[in-house]
Amino acid sequence: MLGAKSLLSRLLTFSDFNTNVVLLGSVLLGMACGLVGTFTVLRGRSLMADALAHAALPGVCIAFLLTGSRELGPLLAGALAFGVLGVLAVMGIRRSSRVKEDAAIALVLSSTFGLGVALLSVVQRTPNAAHAGLEGFIFGKAASMVVRDVQLIAAVAAIIVVTCAIFYRQFKVLCFDRDFAHSAGLRVALLDFLLMGLVCVCTVVALPAVGLVLVVALLTIPAVAARCWSDRLGVMAIIAAGIGAMSGAVGTAISANAAKLSAGAVITLVAAAAFVVSLLAAPRRGVIARWIRERRLRRKIALQNVLRAVYEVQELQATRGPVAVCDVMLKRAWRPAELDSLLARAQRSGEIVREDDRVDLTSAGREHAMQIVRTHRLWELYLVTHASIASDHVDRDADTIEHVLPAEILQQLEARLREDGRLPGSLVPASPHAVAPASRAGVHG
Amino acid sequence: MSVATDIAIDVHDLTVAYHRKPVLWDVDVQVPSGKLIAIVGPNGAGKSTLLKAMLGLVPLASGRIEIFGRELRDARALVGYVPQRESVDWDFPIDAMGVVTMGTYAKLGWLRRVGAMQRARAMDALKQVGMHEFAQRQIGQLSGGQQQRVFLARALAQDAALYLMDEPFAGVDAATERAILDVLRDMRNAGKTVIAVHHDLQTVPQYFDHVVMLNMRLVAAGPTAEAFTPENLQKTYGGRLNLLEQAAEAVRRAGS
Repeated sequence: MLGAKSLLSRLLTFSDFNTNVVLLGSVLLGMACGLVGTFTVLRGRSLMADALAHAALPGVCIAFLLTGSRELGPLLAGALAFGVLGVLAVMGIRRSSRVKEDAAIALVLSSTFGLGVALLSVVQRTPNAAHAGLEGFIFGKAASMVVRDVQLIAAVAAIIVVTCAIFYRQFKVLCFDRDFAHSAGLRVALLDFLLMGLVCVCTVVALPAVGLVLVVALLTIPAVAARCWSDRLGVMAIIAAGIGAMSGAVGTAISANAAKLSAGAVITLVAAAAFVVSLLAAPRRGVIARWIRERRLRRKIALQNVLRAVYEVQELQATRGPVAVCDVMLKRAWRPAELDSLLARAQRSGEIVREDDRVDLTSAGREHAMQIVRTHRLWELYLVTHASIASDHVDRDADTIEHVLPAEILQQLEARLREDGRLPGSLVPASPHAVAPASRAGVHG
Repeated sequence: MSVATDIAIDVHDLTVAYHRKPVLWDVDVQVPSGKLIAIVGPNGAGKSTLLKAMLGLVPLASGRIEIFGRELRDARALVGYVPQRESVDWDFPIDAMGVVTMGTYAKLGWLRRVGAMQRARAMDALKQVGMHEFAQRQIGQLSGGQQQRVFLARALAQDAALYLMDEPFAGVDAATERAILDVLRDMRNAGKTVIAVHHDLQTVPQYFDHVVMLNMRLVAAGPTAEAFTPENLQKTYGGRLNLLEQAAEAVRRAGS
């Protein structure tokens, strides 16, 4: 707790230079990965980025064996070279054989990683003490970031932002419809190469901080989470960059505080949490929003069914006026408590009045009920006359459609029936089938 | 754009192979401009491949394609493309207007931004297919027929002279089919050439002026009234081309 407090105060006051350096580096990294990731996810290249990151490990080891130092420059150059080789290997396998892309990626990813791990044990057996920390490339060690690393990250982030801004339009059409872009004369191979190049530099500078196993998380999760929040590519890219930056910041802060937790893992977990929140809470595509919409529709349908039932019971009686709840009950497979609560709700909305065991429609309720019954019967009529469905089958079909039929389709329906001279003159047409007497109905719906 | 010749596209001795297995053999066909042309043939006949070859999307094993008398690479601006609807991810974060605006990108060059002119052209195209009310709708929320019309509008926004369409009528409702046909006829009346892969043989004589009948090789091509005959249909669809298929398979095996 004390640690958290002191970290917080250090962050807020910017008093600890080292922490701020690490934090800045992680934020820039998260942002750059989120931005590039938006395009790789939409282009379906996420796994390729994963293969690239894994293929980088042997490059790091070989660079170390050659130079004997932990100088970041040569190590990253080695990573870049082998990452690119990995990507070329995947493309080569796919082009020259019948191996499918996912299998080719799995093959390259695992074998290069295997090679990397083997080389790492060779490195560790060398007498050179400088190899300590090289395994940080696997799981990441953000805390070891120094000013020069952050400068490198900042330069790469700037390149990525500028490139994505300049080629935004081209990347968009490439990701959406490559063939179309190609047919329109866009240099799609070059664009694909450019996008993969951005992924390369992004992955390589992210390696020391988040580690090669988890780089793909920063490239994928923010983009996928951002997709939940927006239907516009530009907005999605900005949100993805934001989620990436936030994951970098929060993840680094947590891992700096709990020394045993590797930064890559925490950053990934923070991003994953952001994804779960997005999946649940996003306004239109979120699970909760969808659930609420469905529930609202179900409630609306249930209420409309009650109104129609009351109306039809009234219709069977010679006179309008209160009807017995038990007659309404028989119109449909309601449980008593269910019907009671529905009636109570209709009472609250002022569409039904109830006195003991008798209910009646208010004028507003009657109008609403007539609308529903009309839609139901027009649709039934249409099914009977135009779709040649037997009249005793149409009730249930119409039952599902009457609640959701949009006004413009209803108008078309009326027009079609009018054309054939079948549009009933009355506001509420007679049912094309016998409206089941209360005692027999209630099995459908 | 001025068009000098009355041949829209000239395909000469075209052979296309996937993994060395030929899917189109020695196709020679000349397509007149200002007409609606159907490409018909059974599944696997190479219809989409012919279209993609004309667009330069697949490498040619041999042959030559000229569009209005020019090499393809000099004629890109003259060609519009409507891919199969299933070829893209309709959950992509973009609205109908965004997709149609893509039709204006090619003429925009690499660095210029989309401006009022491009947006106006995209909106015109949407109006032409009756989709302007849906301009701001995310494309995944459109029905199949509406999506097809958005694709058509994107091609219109390309303002080309020759349009290549891969099954523009596939999986659309009757009203959309009617609307699309009207747009195609408007295009023809404006002097455009439309080549469409078409599946519904019944509507070929009614919809198309010209027909290209394909089954791995060219069976027949010409005005619908002359070429779309029972004999040619029999040659195109009846009796699998066993020998040609076996030969293709042998070529593939020899290479691997």
